[in-house]
Amino acid sequence: MLPEAAHHHAVPGLAHHFDSLEQQTEATTLGMWVFLVTEVLFFGGLFLVYTVYRNWYPGAFVAASHELDVTLGTINTAVLITSSLTMALAVHAAQLGRRKALMLLLGATMILGGIFLGIKSVEYYHKFVEHHVPGPAFQFEKEYFRHAQIFFSLYFLMTGLHALHMIIGFGIMLWMLIWAWNGTITKEYFSPIEISGLYWHFVDIVWIFLFPLLYLIGRHAH
Amino acid sequence: MSAHVVPTRVYYTIFAILMVCTGLTVWIAFLDLGPLNTIAALGIAVFKATLVVLFFMHVKYSTRLTWAVVLGSVFWFGILIALTMSDYLTRAWRTFG
Repeated sequence: MLPEAAHHHAVPGLAHHFDSLEQQTEATTLGMWVFLVTEVLFFGGLFLVYTVYRNWYPGAFVAASHELDVTLGTINTAVLITSSLTMALAVHAAQLGRRKALMLLLGATMILGGIFLGIKSVEYYHKFVEHHVPGPAFQFEKEYFRHAQIFFSLYFLMTGLHALHMIIGFGIMLWMLIWAWNGTITKEYFSPIEISGLYWHFVDIVWIFLFPLLYLIGRHAH
Repeated sequence: MSAHVVPTRVYYTIFAILMVCTGLTVWIAFLDLGPLNTIAALGIAVFKATLVVLFFMHVKYSTRLTWAVVLGSVFWFGILIALTMSDYLTRAWRTFG
């Protein structure tokens, strides 16, 4: 065995094809960003569809947007931003090797993510009760009946896809919590927490755009 | 560098700015500013997203290659919106055909 290779086995978490943990961390961060670019493409298509339809049917979009609950939307935005703070602090704790703090902060991030999904479920429930789910049971003022369904289709598609990302993020946090607990994550090998954080913050950014587009624009018009 | 340890006060400051911006965007949404409402809402969202990318996602402290990838995604999204909307928004301008 080459001396260099022998050295590698002495560093936990370092894959044999990297020279150092710094190089490995740089590579994993870049790889995660490349994945996030594909996520931008993924959500970008939906944002484009939203933009096109909003310009085609501005009246219907304003009327349908008024049916969303701004208070719940604002609370959820605050909840998600707070979860991004706990996530950023979790990365900080991991970098300093503070295992207990890391576990608490990952747990807090998961709880906040759970609160977000809970509030989102309440909003979805309201939409079902109010017959604002596109389909045979849909009810809306006659003038906008057809085009309001396009708004609500996009609302459910975009927030649903976002919620799916939250659920996946929740699973990743659970995974990281186990790795923090069993000692896989160390002061040197923290990049799994770092790139999980990148994912979590990306999902936060998607909501930062969904919130004004779906809930706020056109709110003044009534 | 990814190994750069960001002081926690940076995170708390960014968090506070994000919260203030959230309140601001909700408040502005209820004022009647005409077309400026949309511009203000999207402007604040872009500002918030930029703060998250630079500080929470550590791009400010990352390698140039990461910068290139991040800016590339924004540039691509710009092409998608700009070219598509240059079609849809100008269809009403047709005076012949």
